[in-house]
Amino acid sequence: MASQIISAIIVIIVGVGGCLAYFWGANKLVDLVFPSRGVSGAAAVDNLRRQALVRPWLFIGPAILILTVYLIYPVVSTLIYSFYDKGGDSFVGMANYRWLVSDAEFHNSLLNNLMWLIVVPAACTLLGLIIAVLTDKIWWGTIAKSLIFLPLAISFVGASVIWKFVYEYRGEGQEQIGILNAIVQAFGGQPQVWISLPFWNNFFLMIILIWIQTGFAMVILSSALRGIPEETIEAAVIDGANPFQIFWKIMVPQIWGTILVVWTTITILVLKVFDIVLTMTNGQWSSQVLANLMFNWMFRGGGDFGRGATIAIVIMIGVLPIMIWNIRQANKEGGR
Amino acid sequence: MAQPSGNSAGKSFFGRFGVHLAVLFFVLIWTLPTLGILVTSLRDKDQIIASGWWTAFSSSSQTAATRLAPAEAQVQKDGRFIIEGNIFETPGTSTVSAFGTRSAQPTEFAAGEVADLKDGVTLQVNEDGSYLFSSPVAFEGNNGRRVYYAATVPPRFTTENYGTVLYSAGIGRSFLNSLTVTIPATIIPIMIAAFAAYALAWMRFPGRALLIAVIIGLLVVPLQMALIPLLELYNGVGNLFGVPSKTYLGIWLAHTGFGLPFAIYLLRSYMAGLPRELMESARIDGASDFEIFVKIVLPLSFPVLASFAIFQFLWVWNDLLVAMVFLGSGNDQLVLTGRLNALLGSRGGDWEILTTSAFITIIVPLIVFFSLQRYFVRGLLAGSVKGG
Repeated sequence: MASQIISAIIVIIVGVGGCLAYFWGANKLVDLVFPSRGVSGAAAVDNLRRQALVRPWLFIGPAILILTVYLIYPVVSTLIYSFYDKGGDSFVGMANYRWLVSDAEFHNSLLNNLMWLIVVPAACTLLGLIIAVLTDKIWWGTIAKSLIFLPLAISFVGASVIWKFVYEYRGEGQEQIGILNAIVQAFGGQPQVWISLPFWNNFFLMIILIWIQTGFAMVILSSALRGIPEETIEAAVIDGANPFQIFWKIMVPQIWGTILVVWTTITILVLKVFDIVLTMTNGQWSSQVLANLMFNWMFRGGGDFGRGATIAIVIMIGVLPIMIWNIRQANKEGGR
Repeated sequence: MAQPSGNSAGKSFFGRFGVHLAVLFFVLIWTLPTLGILVTSLRDKDQIIASGWWTAFSSSSQTAATRLAPAEAQVQKDGRFIIEGNIFETPGTSTVSAFGTRSAQPTEFAAGEVADLKDGVTLQVNEDGSYLFSSPVAFEGNNGRRVYYAATVPPRFTTENYGTVLYSAGIGRSFLNSLTVTIPATIIPIMIAAFAAYALAWMRFPGRALLIAVIIGLLVVPLQMALIPLLELYNGVGNLFGVPSKTYLGIWLAHTGFGLPFAIYLLRSYMAGLPRELMESARIDGASDFEIFVKIVLPLSFPVLASFAIFQFLWVWNDLLVAMVFLGSGNDQLVLTGRLNALLGSRGGDWEILTTSAFITIIVPLIVFFSLQRYFVRGLLAGSVKGG
């Protein structure tokens, strides 16, 4: 245990020191190889130009190396794996994709993922927007926002334990220790095993992610709402618009761009949702999603890398439109 | 004008009241679940399963069984054989409301009542737990008579669960493992990203625009795409050099790689916003890019470095997937999220273990979050609003 702490400290020193030494040393090396001082004017100009050519790559080199090894190479490699068999040894063409199209569990996962994709971003954005508008009007709004924002810091596994306890089930007539069933029973309803109700259990899992992500939507949208000029709203009030009209016809259109950003950010998160499903149901009772299905095939289904990779590609395809849109948007801004 | 304005004032009073109520409602929904596990983690193990955590502050009613003192404790008095005692180990805290001698009817008699148990045998259990067991013939046997009772138990809070979880459930060890993973995985990407971000923001070179586009593209690449190739790569490297493939070094680098696009993106957009005159005047004074970066840009970028550090810290600390793939499940490598997941499987119904473990798992992020919320929000805004 002590050795672990010591080795962690050593790594921090070596890692950080190594990074610094690399950047400092590489920089010195450039100065030495292409000296700009103590040489004739023409040579100095030449060397300065060469320095300017090399130096950016020294600065950005380590980042490019790591990005290539940890993201770019894997993306290409996963695509290749998806055309190979279990162990990645022999080429099987489209066999993995054909299997996917006919696999019942995949159909179920795809359907569930689609539901997640519709419900979670919509609920987070709408709730976040409503809470942002409401908290802006009261004196304890900042405290309220902090508390609603708080789950964003909680891990998905931690949140799953928290909500598993909310959903805890005891037989009918017994003292319920899960708050949801206690409320249901208090109103004369029948306690349920919420997470094993086929179809509906998906929604009980979604609630966890909505609970976590609403704070994110709220903070971003709240700051966008502040950016709306006061006069616009005042003019609408004078014209006799009611609060709902102001909300839907003035506020929402003004911050439409931000709403889109929040929506897409949560969408990407939802596509990758894994921890919640793994810890709550592990895909049982038809609550499977793509990321967990992939994990199953990678490690539990005897380690079928071909099929795992194929499912990863499906997730990637889901992200692709957002990726393209983001790059286009950035290029437009870069033009300024 | 007077009429409508009076009208709208009335509406706005109810309107404002409604706003307070609505916000209160949301705050309750968002805090109650977390409060539930905090309260539960501090409750007595037996009370957790007997009543909901929201009743923790009031006395709870429990039905339990116990045995009266055995025959050897009997005394003879007025021609009857009598056993006296108290059903509670520590009398004075709980109150008996009813008792019985058959498990089918554990609350057959009210406290204080003299129960007639056939053949002249009587039993009286009082509210304070004291009892009087009396019989015309001598009691026999080594085991005392079994008695059931319903008692009102006052709320009891304890930190016992924390001790259990930290030492015997392995949470203490996992806490250290999580720290071992998180701290280097937070610091290393900052260094690498800062230099890259400066180059992308302030240095001119061919391919710059393409690199920026690639990084924005990588921003959204699902982690799932990286798992299989990297696992194979690690296994290959491990076999080649005869070293284990699941190491802390491996996960540090993996987290660095996965965090790097966001780090570069966030730092670049901040650094690009720094005033151009600052760089130019330094350059005229003969400062090199390296000096400008270290002496001007880095100190000025402190807020955004802090933002990213918080993000990366929370993300690595809360991560389950990367840890499951790149670290082993042994005691020396299992991180908190992984341990919690394992406990959900092995100790599924032991809420005192689960809630306490969960609370220990989330306490560090909550502290970081509350103390550095300003930076966190700033990073969030910079990362997504501009992030188009």
